[in-house]
Amino acid sequence: MKFRLTTGAIASVIVFIVAGIAWILWDQAALAIHKFGWQFWQTSVWDPVSGEFGARPFIWGTLYSAVLAILISTPIAIGIAVFLSDWCPARLRAPLVFVTELLAAIPSIVYGLWGIFVLVPAVREFQVSLPDWIRAMPLFSGPPVGVSMLSAALVLAIMIIPYTSSIAREVLKSVPPTQREAAYALGATRWEATRVALHYARTGIFGAVMLGFGRALGETMAVTMVIGNNPQVKWSLFAPQYTMAAVIANEFSEAADELHLDALVEIGLVLFAITLIVNVASRMLLWQMNRERKPKTRATAPAEEAA
Amino acid sequence: MKNTFKMALAVGVIALGATVAAQKIQITGAGATFPAPIYSKWFSEYNKLHPNVEVNYQALGSGAGIRQITAGTVFFGATDGPMTPDQLLAAPGKIMHFPTVLGAVVPVFNVNGVNDLKFTGMLLADIFLGKITKWNDPAIAKVNPGVNLPNLDITVAHRSDGSGTTYIFMDYLGKVSPEWKKKVGVAQSVNWPVGLGGAKNDGVTALVKQTPGAIGYVELVYALQNKISYGSVQNAAGEFITASIESVTAAAAEASAKMPADLRVSIVNADGKGVYPISSFTWLLLYENPKDKATSKTFMDFMNWMLTEGQKYAKDLGYAPLPAAVVKMEQEALKKIKTQ
Repeated sequence: MKFRLTTGAIASVIVFIVAGIAWILWDQAALAIHKFGWQFWQTSVWDPVSGEFGARPFIWGTLYSAVLAILISTPIAIGIAVFLSDWCPARLRAPLVFVTELLAAIPSIVYGLWGIFVLVPAVREFQVSLPDWIRAMPLFSGPPVGVSMLSAALVLAIMIIPYTSSIAREVLKSVPPTQREAAYALGATRWEATRVALHYARTGIFGAVMLGFGRALGETMAVTMVIGNNPQVKWSLFAPQYTMAAVIANEFSEAADELHLDALVEIGLVLFAITLIVNVASRMLLWQMNRERKPKTRATAPAEEAA
Repeated sequence: MKNTFKMALAVGVIALGATVAAQKIQITGAGATFPAPIYSKWFSEYNKLHPNVEVNYQALGSGAGIRQITAGTVFFGATDGPMTPDQLLAAPGKIMHFPTVLGAVVPVFNVNGVNDLKFTGMLLADIFLGKITKWNDPAIAKVNPGVNLPNLDITVAHRSDGSGTTYIFMDYLGKVSPEWKKKVGVAQSVNWPVGLGGAKNDGVTALVKQTPGAIGYVELVYALQNKISYGSVQNAAGEFITASIESVTAAAAEASAKMPADLRVSIVNADGKGVYPISSFTWLLLYENPKDKATSKTFMDFMNWMLTEGQKYAKDLGYAPLPAAVVKMEQEALKKIKTQ
């Protein structure tokens, strides 16, 4: 009983910390919240001189870059995970796992430097090499400057691959061997057995992707170095844009004006809220997926036993 | 027996440590990043001369410097733009400004085959406003006769982080272009009409170096270190001046004649010959009547050293030293600061 109380108290500290962070952000941003209200989410002007602040371009930039990063990284990360868990020769596995996980250990500023000196010029070359009719499309329009949404999404994708792939690999590893064996017993090829394992592990893999998404939302340094830091809402992959984390990092230290400071804290609050929403939404999706699966496993369980 | 000896030794060491600590004076400050290299140099050199004085400077940015001195969490602050009257009123006591060194901001560019360009203030303002978009614009060609300007788009690069460098550049553009003042304004961070944001001087330098047709602004010392082309700028007297330590000090010398008593002065677009127009002081902020009088006394000794001996370190680090007339004014002003 005592043990339970102590651990319970410790666990509840976490809840207090989260609530405390939210409350402090709210309190510190009071001036901006009071002045702009819900307008803050909708307006696009960010002008520290005249004291007008709107978060929309930053929210857009954060979500757009994170979604693009997920789209790019997920197939690669799952490919890596499948290869490492099902197809890789045993001798190669340890070094490959080590190398993928090493990607996660590289500080983000190093990714940023690599982005500035290698990726950004490459993206610019790529944009220049595109035929004119493609460059006329809204998704690819704009002058060729290199620092852009695409550069940011690519850097983010590389940064989150190790997270998604190593969790996806663990999940695939934990799929009961009976699943694959059963598939083989039914005459499945190796590829089909992998598909069975992937299907079985899909909630775990979804969780891995969401972890990567969460990380992409909050990444600051590497993104600000390659995204161009221009607050605008644009679909173009080649347009310079801005993210929430980047604007806080860039402007906080020199914000002498009270309202400017509060607006930056409110950006932090919005980022906190969006991260929370994303997490809750993915949890709910996971529950949904689990609930769908449960009756099935129950139905198949006796059959398995009988077999 | 052995144990007693050890114990005695331990007590002795602790006692010794305590007396040393008691003599040591630690002073903390925070603020601008632009002068941070020379401040570190000064504090370490001064520490060699006076091993008991340790100054701990946190280069958090001018905004943070102003906030922290106002809140009283540091003994001194540092800023690249003088405090506004509102900010001065918000402080619990009277804050005084002391210029320490000067810096300059230069327009850097990347135009293939062009190493030398002349800019007027209006030209810079129009480029950064997005009104001039091509390098072969007649307005640029007019002040650069004989230069073969390509038909290339201009890409504007600016600082994404709030910075003193931006403040100095904005201060200048605001002074030469009424339209800039009205549309954009003067501050550490502004709402840029066009362009890409690069973090810190290095970020802007990288953007300009890599983007054909780019123009940006960086501190003089960064342009020199990175061997990047920078243009000369027309001063109030109509001359095109290339930034150098001498032309920046000239701007300060020119301004010192009209220096206000509180030493809060902008010297961008200063009058006079040979003056580089995008120059600025950077300031230390001190309370006239600080709470900690002992620290104040020690710090005054440092200030006097910094204004005289210390100035010789400026040139090597790319800053312009203070003109003699300003040093004199500051030495007078320092006498007002209470040390007991």
